Amino acid sequence: MTISKKAACNSHGQDSSYFLGWEEYEKNPFHESTNPNGIIQMGLAENQLSFDLLESWLAANPDAASFKRDGQSIFRELALFQDYHGLPIFKNALAQFMAEIRGNKVRFDPNNLVLTAGATSANETLIFCLADPGDAFLLPTPYYPGFDRDLKWRTGVEIVPIQCTSRNGFRITSPAVEEAYKLAQKRNLKVKGVLITNPSNPLGITLSRKELNLLLNFVEKKGIHLISDEIYSGTVFDSAEFVSIMELLPNRNNPQLMNRVHVVYSLSKDLGLPGFRVGSIYSNDRLVVAGATKMSSFGLISSQTQYLLSAILSDQVFAKKYVVENRMRLRNRHTVLVSGLRRVGISCLESNAGLFCWVDMRHLLSSDSLEAEMELWKKVVYDVGLNISPGSSCHCAEHGWFRVCFANMTEDTLDLAIRRIKSFVDSISPIKHCRNSRSKSISKWVSRLSFHDRECDR
Amino acid sequence: MLRNQEQILSKIANNDGHGENSAFFDGWKAYDSDPYHPTQNPNGVIQMGLAENQLSMDLVEEWVRNNPQASICTPEGASRFKDIAIYQDYHGLPEFRIAVARFMEKVRGNRVRFDPDRIVMSGGATGTQETLAFCLADPGDALLVPTPYYPGNDRDLTWRTGIELIPVVCDSSNDFKMTRDALETAYNKAQETNTKVKGLLLNNPSNPLGTVLDRETLSMAINFINDKNIHLICDEIYSATVFDEPGFISIAEILQESPDTNPELIHIVYSLSKDLGFPGFRVGILYSYNDAVVTCARKMSSFGLVSTQTQLLVASMLSDEEFMEKFLAESTARLCARRGTLRQGLAQMGVGILKGSAGLYCWMDLRRLLKAATFEAEMELWRVIVNDVRINVSPGASFHCSEPGWFRVCFANMDDETMRVALGRISKLVMQSNKNSESRKPCRRRSKLEISLSFRRLDEIMMSPHSPMTSPLVRART
Repeated sequence: MTISKKAACNSHGQDSSYFLGWEEYEKNPFHESTNPNGIIQMGLAENQLSFDLLESWLAANPDAASFKRDGQSIFRELALFQDYHGLPIFKNALAQFMAEIRGNKVRFDPNNLVLTAGATSANETLIFCLADPGDAFLLPTPYYPGFDRDLKWRTGVEIVPIQCTSRNGFRITSPAVEEAYKLAQKRNLKVKGVLITNPSNPLGITLSRKELNLLLNFVEKKGIHLISDEIYSGTVFDSAEFVSIMELLPNRNNPQLMNRVHVVYSLSKDLGLPGFRVGSIYSNDRLVVAGATKMSSFGLISSQTQYLLSAILSDQVFAKKYVVENRMRLRNRHTVLVSGLRRVGISCLESNAGLFCWVDMRHLLSSDSLEAEMELWKKVVYDVGLNISPGSSCHCAEHGWFRVCFANMTEDTLDLAIRRIKSFVDSISPIKHCRNSRSKSISKWVSRLSFHDRECDR
Repeated sequence: MLRNQEQILSKIANNDGHGENSAFFDGWKAYDSDPYHPTQNPNGVIQMGLAENQLSMDLVEEWVRNNPQASICTPEGASRFKDIAIYQDYHGLPEFRIAVARFMEKVRGNRVRFDPDRIVMSGGATGTQETLAFCLADPGDALLVPTPYYPGNDRDLTWRTGIELIPVVCDSSNDFKMTRDALETAYNKAQETNTKVKGLLLNNPSNPLGTVLDRETLSMAINFINDKNIHLICDEIYSATVFDEPGFISIAEILQESPDTNPELIHIVYSLSKDLGFPGFRVGILYSYNDAVVTCARKMSSFGLVSTQTQLLVASMLSDEEFMEKFLAESTARLCARRGTLRQGLAQMGVGILKGSAGLYCWMDLRRLLKAATFEAEMELWRVIVNDVRINVSPGASFHCSEPGWFRVCFANMDDETMRVALGRISKLVMQSNKNSESRKPCRRRSKLEISLSFRRLDEIMMSPHSPMTSPLVRART
């Protein structure tokens, strides 16, 4: 009887393998000294590479830390501040930071920013504002597993996938978008918009201008919304490669379209502060801003945290330095993982952003099936001791892809993880190991002898 | 063009479920556009519509100064910065949950125990209420709520959830106590319209009444929900603002004494916004005796987790038992004194308030100032109070009160001087109204009112400062 349908169902998605891997990790977490055989967490997209920069800023700026401004205590002000418009100094600093990440090619008006408790809350709130129960949003696959909870659970809205495949590097195409729209119509679902993640989670790639423009063409034609979740925008290794949807809007010269494109941002990935719950919605539509602002009452950002972050982000010299240094460290760490995997014959989708790689393990499957993917995943979690995320949990159309995170551990741990993968690969395919231990030029020659050696196609 | 624009947003975004288009927001707007300041704007609107607890901030400020390790950003606390900043587990920091559970026990005189594993976070009590509604009810279902009730309930419980609130009407004939008859009437009304009642929401201590629920009422409520097999949600966010007898009895205590009650029906809403005066920190808590609700609400808490920076600060402070004892004693004493000042000041002008022992506000009886016993007359009086008397108070209609003429007046969000000014302004209103009503029939006198025409005494009170509070309030603006 007594609880609601929402409580009784599992649309929260928590039963998905994505979360089950986490549970296994919690039971037996790796630790260099106390539990060296435990499971290494590679399913968590966290950025732990640049805390030292934040810590030294804090040490050098004691006032911000201790509720003081110009030596005066502002504790009382902060404790009482619950205005859902947010702390003006924080919104100003956040708007500036967002512009900085985009090489100042875009300007953000703080009045169009709505603060929310994390991007989780921002995405749900936007859907509540833009769609009714039974409506649908189109999402390119593979996508972040949490979207099933964030976009659908309490809103009653559906997700219809825009299928992307490895045939073209998982790029979004017009036919795929049109097909998704038709599928929604067949299911009697009213499509209210498209939601993209740029840079993509789990692919780790920035969307191209071509993709962004085709999406803009599509939403313009259909008169629907486009939500661009840009929470990984600061993790693009080479900033010149990131094109925000906001950059392309002015050229369109279409104010109505401008009002239907919304950006979600957060400090959880770029600054590595997921515990602080800092998210935001950016929209040019004043009705969306007004509605979302009222809804943010259900998940405001602690004023204590708003104040701390406004101090950090307003230090523009520091913010610039942080963004540059952070990018470099992510790029280096990415290279370690990609080259380590390549040495054992595992390739990754070529990527330029994110805290993870999209790893191709199709050649390690016993068959091209979901069961085989799950079988491989379980081996990797329980036998190899790595929690990675299977592509099926991201609704990938192909079997055998896995998301592997690299920024939430020390370099030593990453090296250990790669060694474990090597042992695993060696143990299941001794012949492949022989081939892979030679140099690249030789492997090309070997590939002519074997039609199973797919690595060379990359 | 605008209509087209609205059509592409959701129904929720377009409707008035957020409640902010109500006329009562005019009071807030009046205050926002012309806020009182003793020196810079002495004719501005005094805010008495905001239930904030500002009387004991100095104690907390001092504690924060003396405990730098409670902040992750100070040298003393910096070693925990990284761990705290990356901790996003929706269970919350264990030390936070333990400290909150222990504090809740302390506020209840340690007469009950709370299990830290049943503590679930949310975005303020606002978030807790909505989450509970999502967990317990489906769109179209209903919750029973005694009137008068906190206006935010309409938004928190119904806006995005699609449920409805059915009033359990209480009135002044018995000091607004909730009766079994009133409950049955409301329940039956729902049955008539085929609306499924999923629960009863109680607010104890009550906002806006400023009263605590007595044992008899709580037992009656628990029997009622148990009989009907519906949920009981107890919003206890003002539990530590009880400053007098009768004392606070929590539903947790009644549950303990009622072995025949199904505990899975009982849920407590809590927050630190009122008791500690931290609305900006967004610390909302749900305590449920139902495992399925705890599990579901915890997953939903992803939409409104408490910042770990704040969790740490709160955990440190609440677990300083010596400080919390001192704080609770001092805070309630100050609330008692301030309410006494307001009560006496109003009594001097012949204005009565509902007898109460809790809250940051009182329930003021201005029925005899109404031109007629109608809500139109109440609205008219309210506009006079806001626009002419220049005080923002909250009219009873905004709390769904069934009788016109009652107003909620907050007293804990200002200093003594401002209170004096406010009383002076109210006395002018009453004097004016007395003049106007000389030709009208005398109103029924309530036994609780001390009718006095000695305004000289009132002036003496107004002109003798006695408060130790000297620091001016800083408006939360940056």
